[in-house]
Amino acid sequence: MIKFILNNQSIETNLPKGTTVLDFVRYHKNLKGTKIGCREGDCGACTIMVGELTGDAVKYRTMTSCLMPLANAEGKHIVTVEGINPENNELTAVQQAMVDESGTQCGFCTVGFVMSLTNFCLDESPKDKNSAISAIDGNICRCTGYKSIERACEKVNSGKWEVESGKLVPNYFSDIRKRLTVLQNEQSKIKNQKSKIFVGGGTDLYVQKHEEMVYAEANHVLFDDELRTITETDELVELGASVVVTDLLESPIFNRLFPNLYRHLKLISSTPIRNMATLAGNFINASPIGDMTAYFLALDANIEFNTGRILPLKDFYLGYKQMDRSEDEYIQKIRFQKGFTHFNFEKVCKRTYLDIASVNTAISLKVTDNEIEHAHVSCGGVFATPLYLRKTSEFLQGKEISEETIAAANEILQSEIAPISDVRGTAEYKRLLAKQLFKAHFVELFGVG
Amino acid sequence: MINIDAKSHVRGESVYLDDIPLLEGTLFACVYDSQVAHGKLKSVDISEAKQCAGVVKIILAKDLKGENQIGGILPDEPLLADEEVHFCGMPIAIVVAETDEQARHAVKKIKAEIETLEIITDERIAFEKGSLIAPPKKFVMGDTEKAFKDCEHIFEGQTYSNGQEHLYIETQGAYTIPSEQGGIKVYSSTQGPTAVQKAISKVTGLPWHQIEVDVTRLGGGFGGKEDQANAWACICAVATQLTKKPVKYSLHRMEDMRMTGKRHPYSADYKIGLDKDLKIIAYEAVFYQNAGASCDLSLPVLERTLFHCTNSYFIPNVMATAYSCKTHLPPNTAFRGFGGPQGMFVIESAIAHAAEKLGVDKAEIQQKNLLQNDDEFPYGQKVVSEAEQSWHQADHKFDFNRLKSEAEEFNSSSKYFKKGVSLMPICFGISFTNTRMNQARSLVHVYLDGSVAVSTGAVEMGQGVNTKILQVAADIFSLSQERVKVHTTNTLRIANTSPTAASAGADLNGHATRIACEKILERIKKVASEVLEVNSEEISLRDGMVFIGNSPTEMTWVKLLEKCYEKRISLSEHGHYAPPGINFDWSTAKGHPFAYHVFGTAIIGVTVDCLRGTYEIDYVKACHDFGKTMNTAVDLGQIEGGIVQGIGWMTMEEVFYDGQGRLRSNALSTYKIPDVYSVPKEIDILPLETSRENLAIMNSKAVGEPPLMYGIGAYFAIREAVKAFNQNNFLQFDAPFTAEKVLMNLYKNQSN
Repeated sequence: MIKFILNNQSIETNLPKGTTVLDFVRYHKNLKGTKIGCREGDCGACTIMVGELTGDAVKYRTMTSCLMPLANAEGKHIVTVEGINPENNELTAVQQAMVDESGTQCGFCTVGFVMSLTNFCLDESPKDKNSAISAIDGNICRCTGYKSIERACEKVNSGKWEVESGKLVPNYFSDIRKRLTVLQNEQSKIKNQKSKIFVGGGTDLYVQKHEEMVYAEANHVLFDDELRTITETDELVELGASVVVTDLLESPIFNRLFPNLYRHLKLISSTPIRNMATLAGNFINASPIGDMTAYFLALDANIEFNTGRILPLKDFYLGYKQMDRSEDEYIQKIRFQKGFTHFNFEKVCKRTYLDIASVNTAISLKVTDNEIEHAHVSCGGVFATPLYLRKTSEFLQGKEISEETIAAANEILQSEIAPISDVRGTAEYKRLLAKQLFKAHFVELFGVG
Repeated sequence: MINIDAKSHVRGESVYLDDIPLLEGTLFACVYDSQVAHGKLKSVDISEAKQCAGVVKIILAKDLKGENQIGGILPDEPLLADEEVHFCGMPIAIVVAETDEQARHAVKKIKAEIETLEIITDERIAFEKGSLIAPPKKFVMGDTEKAFKDCEHIFEGQTYSNGQEHLYIETQGAYTIPSEQGGIKVYSSTQGPTAVQKAISKVTGLPWHQIEVDVTRLGGGFGGKEDQANAWACICAVATQLTKKPVKYSLHRMEDMRMTGKRHPYSADYKIGLDKDLKIIAYEAVFYQNAGASCDLSLPVLERTLFHCTNSYFIPNVMATAYSCKTHLPPNTAFRGFGGPQGMFVIESAIAHAAEKLGVDKAEIQQKNLLQNDDEFPYGQKVVSEAEQSWHQADHKFDFNRLKSEAEEFNSSSKYFKKGVSLMPICFGISFTNTRMNQARSLVHVYLDGSVAVSTGAVEMGQGVNTKILQVAADIFSLSQERVKVHTTNTLRIANTSPTAASAGADLNGHATRIACEKILERIKKVASEVLEVNSEEISLRDGMVFIGNSPTEMTWVKLLEKCYEKRISLSEHGHYAPPGINFDWSTAKGHPFAYHVFGTAIIGVTVDCLRGTYEIDYVKACHDFGKTMNTAVDLGQIEGGIVQGIGWMTMEEVFYDGQGRLRSNALSTYKIPDVYSVPKEIDILPLETSRENLAIMNSKAVGEPPLMYGIGAYFAIREAVKAFNQNNFLQFDAPFTAEKVLMNLYKNQSN
């Protein structure tokens, strides 16, 4: 039995836990405002808000309901457009802005934009035009060319919105905290010990094998509190496996350690996907082009399994989608050393945002007096696995930062990669791109290249 | 006036195909499609699928009651593959089951034995092998052979422009319901209700009057649902006919992407000749259109390529030849611009080629050759030109030289970032080039409570056509917006419709509505004049009141309607409109095919990151010929959306088939359309100021397609930026200009 609140209604359902929230709201609850555009989290037409009890507040994040299993709705407040529509056919401030600026043409993607912008108005992000636009980075529109939607964004960020005002969401939102507290106390936390399938945000599993996942006996760990912490010691940062990308963006530790955090993580998927996609999910997916994998490879991170076994991430990948992991093992913790002085992440794809990389690469360096003490470089999209560039990293050690060093290291890099031609680019292109992006690290960090 | 659907859109209450409440007993269809692009279909094994839970029926070609044929122009497109498969994604069997999930599950259990035959995906190879949809089409004006002898400069080259996935966010789909006496009611996400009706008639054997097609709205069309909505409606209709149950099929995105056609890729050869003053004297082009596996709309698309092959330029000697090449890709189809953009890309490439070789600014050649009034198009029509006006007004407002010198200055001091600027004039003809399609009807009822219901043949797909139609009716009756409702597009109310396409929906259906309203108004005024005992000419209606001259009377709109009813005067009218003066004769390839042309000039600026090979579009500034817009919000939305779609086609959108004819860019994860960050940072639209009368509804020129072609300018702006970084490279004219092509060209023939 899964219990949650859908809009203003308490839900108890015995449907398979893997049923997507999208199918549930549309075909079981007949709430047709949430649209199906792609069923792979790439268009945002099915964007909903998910409210979670954190401390004594309810924190809302957007998610794409097409990739979200009902199990992840457990104990949450799920909000579709029907849950924000004012009575008497009136409009919320966000809806009014979209109407006034003609931000809707065919209307099919519109509700997704409305939900993203409503969440933006509710959340803690700075209220300026760029942040408002950032909130719709996961919403695709084929009609408007976005300019009218940008104008609507400008309108909604002009004031601060109080839930109680009734202009953004209906008044029943005020009771949600209480209702979720009751729900939380009722929740059973029994893990499915038999199952060896772990589902985090579902952002890849539901793309790859949607139908299978509906009936899969799985452990749903996205909201497993034990796996969601980010802590640090003098030397180390430790993260739980279910930490999602947005958690990094909101983490004081990460913001301190990575001055360009926002710029880098912004290159990774979109707001709703960053709200769902877990670090361990990205690692286990083992895609050669996984962005967070490249990121953490360059931090020379370790992973710790439930069995207690600890493994450097760079030793985890054995071949295409092959990993050093027994059936019973799952990732619990991720750790990396803080000793680096410089970090950079580069990614190029057909579309800068909300796209899968042709090539991505990250680098961490400890540099003293223009000399590299140690270096870790990763590169994705150029090999059968996410690639830690062992020889390139080794070569850089002890070198001074100069155009010659970069050129020589780039020669070595070329010997370590073996890209193939596919829909994301020809092998020749990926080689050139890897070279350019490696150079870009030094242009970005040191103005040398 | 804001789009009349906006409010229900933002509340999520607008109904699309997949939102229609289902009747009890509704079954679900799903298609089993070919995984081979070309082959002999030896056998289809449905035995296992038949045993699957919930499966009601599996339909093969042999089960159809009517003809296995849905080709709209040529009868070359079977609904279900019978003896051969012609493309990957070609439907072979229809599974009908009690749930959508069951239907999809059973499809996976079907097996087909297909003996692979030679697969052709490339239009030039198809041409070499003589694989053509129809004989070539040709436009000739003057004598190019002779003219080339007088040219000071001649340049020849090749171009390629790739296809484009429509990516309407609402996928294709249909829902069919049995009606009495063996009829079928069809809900379809289609731009062409009559096309659906005709196709269903063919495959079911039912006459047209047994088939009711109803369309509320589409979640985007862009041409992709002009002809290609037919198959899915036919599939449901056939299933309804055979099971006597309602049947629904709403395609998944990947099904939609792999089974439907796209914008036509074109390969082309050009030869351009200029005199010493940079006047273009002669132009020859040969177009090789990749039609895909059957005709679909390829031939009229091909024709429009010829109609627009000289864009906004007057060239006295033109010879343009176009071949529609048959390949083993899904049949390519209409897409905003309908072959026009592909033709324009070639002439713009030819001019860029000439400019680069001659070391002059491309804009200089463009400007010197702009169409003047009374110039003749290669197809014989005389020009009513706004080309120079739009160019000058754009230059005056935006200052081309300043923008160009700013870019040059930036480039001289920037190592890794380079800016490029390009100008893109457009000229686009409005009307279906198939003259007989230029007709429309509108049914207007005025009810006794004073409200008005309008039905037309136009399909609303976000372009705001219903809003404009409502404006026409409200304006004529002088009523508030709330008193007029534009209803669904339905073949029982409006018969024999042309598809909503060719940017002509508002013009044709708007005029038909105008005619219907005016006829009713005339009768009403006559009644008013009788009752008030004045001349009919003195009567007018203003905001629900009857006026004599400028003085209001006691008589309200509703009271007047009661009088009409008393006098047994009809308050309904079926208006018919056919634009005057258009014709075209293919035997001479001359005529006056277009009611009018839309002009404009855009300047596009981009910045290329030469370290990474990525780019941003800084601005699109355009002077656009609206005529006199009847709805600024709607028209601006069309322009901004069109520009971005055009830029998408020219930059990031890359349709990718492998050599086996399998679509590799088959999902939103692999086929990228512009997101909020990839659109121009600034779009600035200056309305062209002109008071010239035209045939558009309320003088408000069609706006659906023309702005898309400003996007072509983005290609040439990126080219300028790439050239600023790498002078040692004469780039191929090969669109789209993806990040890959940018980077490869930045470092081609370079030492570092």
